Amino acid sequence: MTTQPVLAAEAARTARGSIRVLLRDNAWMLGLLVFMVVLLGFTKLINPFYDIKSLQGLATSVLPLALAAVAQTLVVLAGGIDLSISSMMAVTSCAAAVLMQQYPGNEVALLIVVGVLILGLLLGAINGGLVVLTGVPDIIVTLATSFVFAGFALLVTPRPAGAAAGWLKDLVVGPLANIVGLDAIPRAAVVLVVIVAVIWIPLRRARLGLSLYAVGSNRLAAFRSGVAVRRTKFLSYVIAGLFGALAGLSLTASTGIGSPVPGPDYVLLAIGAVVLGGVSLAGGIGGVVGPLLAVVVLQLIRNDMTFLKVDPNYGLVAQGFLVIAVLVFGTLVQLRRRRA
Amino acid sequence: MTAAGQTAPTNRWLSATAWRQIVRDMPLVPLSVLLLLLVVIVQVLQPGTVNSNWVAVTLRQAVPLAILAGCQTLTMLTGGIDLSVGYIASMSGFVVATFVQQPGGWELGMVVALVAAALAGLITGIGVGVFRVHPLIMTLGMGLIVLGLSNVWQLRMLQTGAGVPPELRTIGSGLTLDILPNSLVVFVPLAIVLILGLRRTGYGRMLYAIGDNPIAARLSGVRSWQVLVVLYVISAVLAAIAGFIQAGLSNTASVALVTPYLLPSVAAAVVGGVSIFGGRGGYSGAIVGALILTVLSGLLSSLLPEPWRQIVFGSIVVLVAAAYTRVTAES
Repeated sequence: MTTQPVLAAEAARTARGSIRVLLRDNAWMLGLLVFMVVLLGFTKLINPFYDIKSLQGLATSVLPLALAAVAQTLVVLAGGIDLSISSMMAVTSCAAAVLMQQYPGNEVALLIVVGVLILGLLLGAINGGLVVLTGVPDIIVTLATSFVFAGFALLVTPRPAGAAAGWLKDLVVGPLANIVGLDAIPRAAVVLVVIVAVIWIPLRRARLGLSLYAVGSNRLAAFRSGVAVRRTKFLSYVIAGLFGALAGLSLTASTGIGSPVPGPDYVLLAIGAVVLGGVSLAGGIGGVVGPLLAVVVLQLIRNDMTFLKVDPNYGLVAQGFLVIAVLVFGTLVQLRRRRA
Repeated sequence: MTAAGQTAPTNRWLSATAWRQIVRDMPLVPLSVLLLLLVVIVQVLQPGTVNSNWVAVTLRQAVPLAILAGCQTLTMLTGGIDLSVGYIASMSGFVVATFVQQPGGWELGMVVALVAAALAGLITGIGVGVFRVHPLIMTLGMGLIVLGLSNVWQLRMLQTGAGVPPELRTIGSGLTLDILPNSLVVFVPLAIVLILGLRRTGYGRMLYAIGDNPIAARLSGVRSWQVLVVLYVISAVLAAIAGFIQAGLSNTASVALVTPYLLPSVAAAVVGGVSIFGGRGGYSGAIVGALILTVLSGLLSSLLPEPWRQIVFGSIVVLVAAAYTRVTAES
């Protein structure tokens, strides 16, 4: 056991070795990146009209799922799972849309956004609190709260309603700025990167980030090395709630209304993206970049199916198959490693 | 806690332990008490509700849920879960309905639906058993695939028209002598087979063994992957049967008919004392769990609007699960 770190350190000393280590550690993500580029090329091939504008549309349409996937990633990293994300998105999206219709005005909208984010934190705290205090398995707790939150959403508005403030809509549509050089960058992508960078990077560097991975990879070992296991688990759900609220807000921003039934697809697709993004469902392995790439891949597959005039329902089938295929592939790789 | 129990065996503590033992080893007793309590509450809140007709209607309503709870019981015993049952059940009911006006009729449709369901279960089983894919993801993915394919099927069959065959309606929603739902003809044998199968057969023991300790099960010669493949096929076929009955009960067929029952089916098994970690619980508890949820849901829908019903429903599931965890964990 002691020779392994020494060997790793020696390998890292040479430049070639360090690149090899980098490649090995990020092999999955690189593969995903290559797959995404290939898919983009394929999209351009079958649809010559696919251009910068389409990329901007792509960025806008993946934003809610991308944020939902980040939320799911945080919980999964700490060894949990959150089946209530789509319900959280419904509540926050409806609350934002209905409030913004009742109290129009850009300044008020800012207050509403802050309020909705706090609501997301509260919903996450409910999930985390229940998981930590009752000791009931995460799946059951979040399954039940998904009911509760869906009920909240229906209380806010029984049917799709509301409106979104102008600046909120502008935030996720179109290019970054209409200046040469900046007009190629989708604004939604920038928003996503900024949000994730502002929340994730400090988190990853902080004590909490480390405890998140520690709790996820080995709960008992984490406990024995003095990590506050329950607090970490609780906080993972709280921050997931924040990202769930952001996903709900982006849903309102991109559709202009709030819908109490955004579809359970978000739960399934978010878990699918997490798995496809190289995050281990057992916890403790992975990051947020992989799931974000995976979200784009999933959406591109759906778009390509539309361009190829395939029944969009096959898109659902393809996404299901893709997620399963990835897991089967992962098992095969593990088995080979074990044999080697 | 056990140490405290040994050093200072006060009367109060002993009785608490005894209670725990009852809840843990005979979950049927407290569950039945809970069910009776709910029925009493219904009667108190709405005097005159509880009569033979109410019992019949409640039973009729509970049958599809109880069958789906069977899927969850079996899979949860091995430490898994089956989230594809809602889609598979809806698909089965829908396929039968589309075959009504086709050559071959609904009988052929039923065979097609059962084969399709078994195929989906087989693939799930191979994924879980052979490739060790987490059951949660495997069944979610399979659910997506089944939903997508049923939508495709729906578009194909748009012109032919669909209807629930009268035979299914008789089974699903008919009452014999105004007391006994006809669906019990299907359900009672099914339940007996499941309960006895879990308690008395080697296969049932293997399900418990895999859920309790997979490594010990493997070392004692259980071929886990074969057990799991068969398990998920059984679960899918059970889901298909639940789909047939639900289609007959509601006299509609759509690709999303049974999906709202997915969460209650898991809840019924959990309320019925089946541990999601595997190895503990039985089908009889899950049946009572399904009855409790049906009575509760009927009570709530008569008292509260839909949003509140969902909120209270979810809260109660968490509460019951928490109570179970508390009672069964410390020993």
